[in-house]
Amino acid sequence: MRRLASPFGIGAAATVVLAGVLALGGANEYFFFAGYVVLQFVVLATAWNILGGYAGYVNFGTAAFFGIGAYTSVLLFKSLGAPLLVQMAAAAVVTGLLGFGTGLLTLRLRGIFYSIATVAVIFIAETLMINWRYVGGATGLQLLRPAPMLPFETYTRMLFFIMAVVAVLAVAIARYIEISWIGRGLRALRDTEEAAECSGVPTLRLKLLACTISGALMGVAGAPLPMYLSFLEPASSFSLNYSVVALAGAIIGGTAHWLGPVLGAILLASMQQIVTVTISSEMNVLVVGVMLVVFVVAAPDGILGLIRKLRRPRAAAGKP
Amino acid sequence: MIFSFQLLFEAILFGILLGCFYAAVSIGLSVAFGLLDVPHVAHPAVLILGAYCTYLLGSYGWDPIVAGLALMPLFFLFGIALYRFYYETFEKRGTDAGVRGLAFFFGIAFIIEVGLILAFGVDQRLVEAEYIGKSLSFGEMRIPLRMLLAFAIALVLTAALTLYLSKTFTGRAIKAVAQDEAALRLMGADPVRIKQWAFGIATGVTALTGALLIIIGPVEPMLDRVYIGRTFCVVVLAGLGSMTGTLAAGLILGISESIVLMHFGASWAPAVAFGLLLVVLGIRPQGLFGR
Amino acid sequence: MSETLLRVAQVSKHFGGFNALSEVSIEIAQGERFGLIGPNGSGKTTLINCISGSLRNDGGSIVFDGHEISGLPAFERTRLGIARSFQIPRPFSSMSVLENLLVPLEYVVHRRSMHAADTRAEAMQILESMSLADKADTPSNRLTQVELRKLELARAMAARPRLLISDEAMAGLSSTEVEEVLAILRKLNASGITVIMIEHIMRAVMGFSQRVICLDAGRIICEGTPESIVRDPEVQKAYLGA
Repeated sequence: MRRLASPFGIGAAATVVLAGVLALGGANEYFFFAGYVVLQFVVLATAWNILGGYAGYVNFGTAAFFGIGAYTSVLLFKSLGAPLLVQMAAAAVVTGLLGFGTGLLTLRLRGIFYSIATVAVIFIAETLMINWRYVGGATGLQLLRPAPMLPFETYTRMLFFIMAVVAVLAVAIARYIEISWIGRGLRALRDTEEAAECSGVPTLRLKLLACTISGALMGVAGAPLPMYLSFLEPASSFSLNYSVVALAGAIIGGTAHWLGPVLGAILLASMQQIVTVTISSEMNVLVVGVMLVVFVVAAPDGILGLIRKLRRPRAAAGKP
Repeated sequence: MIFSFQLLFEAILFGILLGCFYAAVSIGLSVAFGLLDVPHVAHPAVLILGAYCTYLLGSYGWDPIVAGLALMPLFFLFGIALYRFYYETFEKRGTDAGVRGLAFFFGIAFIIEVGLILAFGVDQRLVEAEYIGKSLSFGEMRIPLRMLLAFAIALVLTAALTLYLSKTFTGRAIKAVAQDEAALRLMGADPVRIKQWAFGIATGVTALTGALLIIIGPVEPMLDRVYIGRTFCVVVLAGLGSMTGTLAAGLILGISESIVLMHFGASWAPAVAFGLLLVVLGIRPQGLFGR
Repeated sequence: MSETLLRVAQVSKHFGGFNALSEVSIEIAQGERFGLIGPNGSGKTTLINCISGSLRNDGGSIVFDGHEISGLPAFERTRLGIARSFQIPRPFSSMSVLENLLVPLEYVVHRRSMHAADTRAEAMQILESMSLADKADTPSNRLTQVELRKLELARAMAARPRLLISDEAMAGLSSTEVEEVLAILRKLNASGITVIMIEHIMRAVMGFSQRVICLDAGRIICEGTPESIVRDPEVQKAYLGA
């Protein structure tokens, strides 16, 4: 597990190298433009799953953390001209704290109260930004991108590579949590909170930890958004669609394993790119909604659960 | 900003009217979530669906209130079907109803919302009726007739539901199912059928309040998002499942929102409900009127 | 008698206007086998919820091994040495039987300091002592009633407690299964663990305990040896409603 050359470590390194090679040598600019979005949703779904999948607390407020990450960047960029990596680090701190605060407020209560509170955070954050002139108010803010860092040819390529690194990091963190004592504690409290507590699991602390990490990762996913779009406005940054796709990606992929959200997010986000271009963005959201409902009803363990059933048909059909 | 008692008085009066309306749109959720413990985050979407159905009937010349009343049985059946489905897929299997139940209703809300966008577009829609444009004048104050109408119907509805829950046998069984399912089973009643019936009533009532929503002002498909805050704020503030609490909580929200609206402007108003909700969750999650 | 392990003094608990416990005081000695009986709703489970930390008592004090614990969250009480089983079994249903035991082993006993392989071996040992070893890899949601009861006890034991609270571990079991669970509890007690047993099966609790307390309506109505308890008119009234 500690060895650097574990299969996961090799896979992670290979992904980063592949992203780097693509970003330096790849041909089609649109690929990076779309690929960035797909990777961003991989981060969001993975982050969502740390609390939602492992601990069983449903966050509807992914959009809030994502949007606040983006606004943290804009604020730092406009006031101090901070470079992108600083923006991202600051976004992680701000949204991590926000996650901690929201958790502290509601994680003692039943799960649904946490979920509703996260919706509240979206709307409050959005309202604040609408009324804050400095960051553009309701109409938004046009931003001038600096030159891309060497060796990247264009800014979009650079962002693609950075988001690939963030995605690999997010997955590595999620995987570490999943296979370590933290993950076992989270699963225990998800199954039954009282028995977990009586087995020595500090449930509130673990939930707050998951909440903070999950929030910070969502903020990092949102931090490069202003530079990606060269523009930022409240309505689209705090769009509930981010929440839905993050949640649906994790659930459709399968919440029990770190690979689930990755698969689900890649599937949904790619589909989103295709359907939005070929049909309409409404139809795309509809498809995500329908898929989410179909999966929670018919395949509660997601794509990974389906694969497991196919691979071991006897074990699944055996005992009742 | 100049402080004036006249303005404050108007804000409070308007807030009372608005508050009763908020109580009415929340009452379905008060039953579904407060009493039955169903994580019905799709309630606001069903509300908007009711408003659009009223709009649809209105385009055939129906009066919105008549339309709302006519939609009630239809929504009642929809509610029964929805609960039955939820029960069979999540509650009955027991395990992990929390996450998947929430995700299920969240998905349903999205399907309704996008369905409405595809069917009607993103533009605002409104209905016409004789009473909608008019207003009554009291001295310098003008109160829109539609607000008074919504206020009256909201009061009647809340009173009727409160009476139903406390005076009839089924009503009391609904309240009992919230407290002790096992005891009810011993009495020979089937808790699932009672819950199903109650969920049907909650959804039926939501059709009529949806009609009120479009009487009060124009609607658009994504309006349900703001109403997630308003309805859950009212239900949590009320103390889960309390009908009189719902009315009081509606008034608190209505008055706060209307004061903010008049003094700080419309762009702050949507955050009032959510802010109040967070405060209540942080300070007194059992609500003002809960145990 | 040897030194006191747990001292419950004037503990009360009310829910709204309902007094579930009023000023209950109990002292339990190190190594004792202690029985807690009383009709349904008499406050037995509320009392052990207050001791284990699932509920906070409203008044009074609870001292365990010299520490005042009434303000501590449940997980810290477990780390101090109080473990419990649940009346309605609450397995970690997404985990296998073995993994269920790894939770307390990792969170109480070793606190992330030990190698995974050793922890597993330790869990296996506990399972063997409960004759659950052959079920180690079975998902815990596929167990039978008696296996679930045993898992509850095994998981509590994995926290290496000094005080074990067994909340109706035998309800709904056949008489041979009751004997099996009783034998396990006796063995644990012989190894030095203090046991509080809450039980409806009189034969079991009376045969097991050295001392018994009977609760009714949140108060202790009688305390003594099993023989004296069964003869007590108050106890008979509480149970038979005469």
